[in-house]
Amino acid sequence: MYKLWIATQKEFLLLKRDLGGLAVLFIMPLILVVTVTLIQDSSFKQLNEVKIPILFVDHDKDAISETIVNSLKDNGVFQIVTEIEEASVSEETAIKLVLKGKYQLAIVIPSNLTKNLNAKIHKKVGKILDEFGVDATEDSGKEKEIATPEIKLFFDPAAQLSFKNGIKNAIDKMVSKIETQSIYSIFQTELEIEEQLFEQDALISFKEITPNSSVDKMPNSVQHNVPAWTLFAIFFIIIPLSINIVKEKNQGTFVRLKTSPVSYITFYGSKVITYVSVCMLQFVLMLMVGFYVFPYLGLPSFEINGSYILLFIVAFFVGIAAIGLGILLGTVATTTEQSAPFGATLVVILAAIGGVWVPVFIMPEYLQIIARISPMNWGINGFYDVILRDASFVDILPEISLLGGFFVLLFGLSVYYDKVNNNN
Amino acid sequence: MGNTVIHIATVSKVYVDSDVYALNNLSLDIKQGEIFGLLGPNGAGKTTLISILSGLIKPSSGLVEIKGLRYKKDRKTMLQLIGIVPQEYALYPTLTAKENLIYFGAMYGVKQKELRVKVDFLLKELGLYAFKDKKIQSFSGGMKRRINLIAGTLHNPEILFLDEPTVGVDVQSRHVIIDYLKSLNKEGTTIIYTSHHMEEAQEFCSKIAIIDSGEILIKGSPIALIESIKNAQRLEDVYLHLTGEKLRDNV
Repeated sequence: MYKLWIATQKEFLLLKRDLGGLAVLFIMPLILVVTVTLIQDSSFKQLNEVKIPILFVDHDKDAISETIVNSLKDNGVFQIVTEIEEASVSEETAIKLVLKGKYQLAIVIPSNLTKNLNAKIHKKVGKILDEFGVDATEDSGKEKEIATPEIKLFFDPAAQLSFKNGIKNAIDKMVSKIETQSIYSIFQTELEIEEQLFEQDALISFKEITPNSSVDKMPNSVQHNVPAWTLFAIFFIIIPLSINIVKEKNQGTFVRLKTSPVSYITFYGSKVITYVSVCMLQFVLMLMVGFYVFPYLGLPSFEINGSYILLFIVAFFVGIAAIGLGILLGTVATTTEQSAPFGATLVVILAAIGGVWVPVFIMPEYLQIIARISPMNWGINGFYDVILRDASFVDILPEISLLGGFFVLLFGLSVYYDKVNNNN
Repeated sequence: MGNTVIHIATVSKVYVDSDVYALNNLSLDIKQGEIFGLLGPNGAGKTTLISILSGLIKPSSGLVEIKGLRYKKDRKTMLQLIGIVPQEYALYPTLTAKENLIYFGAMYGVKQKELRVKVDFLLKELGLYAFKDKKIQSFSGGMKRRINLIAGTLHNPEILFLDEPTVGVDVQSRHVIIDYLKSLNKEGTTIIYTSHHMEEAQEFCSKIAIIDSGEILIKGSPIALIESIKNAQRLEDVYLHLTGEKLRDNV
């Protein structure tokens, strides 16, 4: 214990005198979490406040195009551009401008859209009414070839996939509504019903509910960002830790220690104690920022639904897992030029596949399998379990066991590698 | 001289990715209280031998015993018996002289109270007490060598291995280092040391072995070695006679 105590003191001293390392460990993560949360929050706000200009080429100039324009305007997100320099926008101009990236989207409504749609519906309604023995108006059942109307959407090639999908879904919803309205309207005319059948409100509505007995609030961006970026920051500990080990090897102090009666447990144990303390301190700082700084920046305050003790247990095991990785990296690397950039890249990759930036469920299947064996994924699930799902100790046991096992495995590999390497 | 403290029998070492013998069937006995010099050109096998004796690496074949103990069975006891002063400074640059020494002394199990007294004493002995609270990164080469030496001797080792302890230091520092080593030897410490300073080795060592290509070419007292070679006046003559004047650059 005496050796471990002195060795730990030494580690703290080394860390205390490495200002660059301290900055990486404490200041960078704070800047990161504040910046990312602010950007995400302001982007969300901006989406509600700033309108996206889209080109609208109307060859129909009838009821449907009018309905589409009105719906887009009512949506509040878009600014409809139909004229540029006092001239109507042609389809060719629209395509050119979208390709140049001047506009994110151009919507081209084909000519006779309203007419053709109504004709199609008339035809179908007429057939149905014939089946029921009701006389339809003259032209409703006539066999005529009617072209299928096609609304063209031109997207900027650089437009985000989520933006494209959002627009497509919105247009699709709009068209469905128009179609339904038209069907109701034609039935109404054919059956000579005066009562208004079509209602603006949907027949079935939905409500967003969190399946949690004690929580009825939805998680906010802060509840997502604080654990995600805390995890990211904790894993960044592998950089100073691996540099610390590589330096020990290169400056000869490791050789001196290996020729002294010091066990691996003492040597690495002092590093584990020191760096776990740093991880916990990082975690506390991030929580403090979430609790006290975010409200001053106009962001929602960080709220935890579950137990604080469990949250710290998860943070401890995340720290342990990161330290295991740092020890292995420091053991295998021979120079700090190898360990530092490799460590940084590794953390970014682990964060990406672990679901820190993009949810795991939208990843390709093979990446989802990789994500399931990523320590960052275990960590983020552990945090979300406590923060959002009000988990018990038993609920987080799988995640903390995996994180602890990860540390034991990597620490064992480091000792094995070191022993084999030295006997060569 | 006393009993044999180091027994090396037919030790060979071939590193992985190499087909050259770093040590080739080398046998040697070192007695208690000796100052044993290992001399040889670069790549002769001196550092490999010191590394095997200090338990850093294992020999490919052969037997090494220190006071009748073997690393495989008695590693911890053996490491307590020996001290090592490596060729590198092997110190933490951002820690002060005292912080470095307290740390390394504690790793050898020297208790805190005794350690503090010993550190202060040795810092005074080697002329570094005034700089005890200065960081190592601000020290000159000679000062770092002296701290390196103290770090290896804080636990009063019975056997001390020194790999070129005076390389790159000024004459004053060298004198202080050699005087300190002599005082340790007087108190009973057996010293095994490598050097390229022939004059220093001739004056300092009680016994010398000249090794080359992993084999011992000659061993004995400095006087006996000089007398064994015709027309040799100094140890350097013996050394050049046996190892030749060809450069030994190797990568």
